Amino acid sequence: MIKIHVDEHKCVGAGQCVLAAPQVFDQREEDGVVLLLQDHAEGGLEPGVRKAAKLCPALAIRIEEA
Amino acid sequence: MRRIVIVGAAVAGLTAAETLRDEGFTGAITLVDGERHAAYDRPPLSKQVLSGRMQRSDLALKPADFCASHCIEHRLGVRAQRLDMQTRAVVLETGERLRFDELIIATGLRPKPLSDQPRLSGIHMLRTLDDAEALRADLLQARRVAVVGAGFLGSEIAATARELGAHATLVDALELPMLRQVGRDVASVILRTHRERGVHVRTGRVVAEFHHQHERVKSLTLDDGEHLDADVVVVAVGSIPNTEWLEDSGLTLDDGVLCDAYCRAADGVYAAGDVARWRHPRWGISLRLEHRVHAAEQAMVAARNLLGAAIPFDPLPYFWTDFHDVKVQVFGRIGLHDAMTVTSGDLAARSFTAVYEHAGVITAVLGWNAARAVRRMSALVGQPVDAVKPLAAIAA
Repeated sequence: MIKIHVDEHKCVGAGQCVLAAPQVFDQREEDGVVLLLQDHAEGGLEPGVRKAAKLCPALAIRIEEA
Repeated sequence: MRRIVIVGAAVAGLTAAETLRDEGFTGAITLVDGERHAAYDRPPLSKQVLSGRMQRSDLALKPADFCASHCIEHRLGVRAQRLDMQTRAVVLETGERLRFDELIIATGLRPKPLSDQPRLSGIHMLRTLDDAEALRADLLQARRVAVVGAGFLGSEIAATARELGAHATLVDALELPMLRQVGRDVASVILRTHRERGVHVRTGRVVAEFHHQHERVKSLTLDDGEHLDADVVVVAVGSIPNTEWLEDSGLTLDDGVLCDAYCRAADGVYAAGDVARWRHPRWGISLRLEHRVHAAEQAMVAARNLLGAAIPFDPLPYFWTDFHDVKVQVFGRIGLHDAMTVTSGDLAARSFTAVYEHAGVITAVLGWNAARAVRRMSALVGQPVDAVKPLAAIAA
């Protein structure tokens, strides 16, 4: 299982995380800033979350191995 | 022991190294880079770093112990000078040879100077953290700033210079700022936005002459004879892929390192990021993207293919730019003659979305202060227009 941390102040609203892991990430309607739908992921969701963290162009996603 | 050498330790190089370990590679990895700072993120350089909202400590791409924890040998501040494919070695500027079994090329870009750009203090180009800090120091003293080139970088720098209180003028050879990136209609909105925020814009103009006093730039003359006083000039007219070190390698160089659809330049040699030109598998054209997200995305694909996968690199191009209080985001590629339809808001609104089409196919979607909406529309790119009409209902 992994724990997911997001930094709303760094987020630039690219939405790449939502494209990589739509069950875990969404965006605020008004400014596109990341919304975490769940703060952990396991099993089949993990690869998408890891991809999201690598793709994030603002380094706003941090993964902690739990 | 099997050894993979990665040349270039910015986003693409680091992501490739991390992916190799994630995929279970246990051999040796050596990362080489001429940059003397530990890897940092570049998009904030022209925005938050220039404005002073972010410092170098905010830009680290990876935790300080990343290379140690991933068993990566990291050679900072040493340039690769040559690639010897016969002996499969990277020759460093120190003369040292790094033998490899596989190689990943991620040497990125550097700014392209104007053809007759003089060497004067006060004239800047922006690529590195050192460049950004030097430019910020100069901007804080500047009264009048001229930015040559109104693409993303130039527009962001001019907006930041204005925010810092300078009189800013943006000069571009084309008739509108960011014309090639966003098309005519949105480029017109960008022009209006700059003017509303007090950035002066001179389009369809090039610099005819630089003037100086005591080896420091003082003013510019444009090709129509207009004289612009400027104590700081920033040149942002494009970039050049860093491929000189590969010139006698036998690899094909064509505005970047030419790769196949799998990011492979030769047997066991891959390229990723700004320096890589590859054949887009769906579109059948050769492309080189200079966008932040794809540097990471392409590095992941290149690393996995190096380890034996066969994944075509098939990205949906994405870029964003922030200037004044505007965020423009584009998924897809906008052609200069694509037809545009506004799908929510209107071009005078604080926020709108638009769809671009060519030959009956949606080529791109654009959001203007509409981050969530445009991301939701990104799946439309590549679809026939008829399948998703009426376009005006899309964003609802």
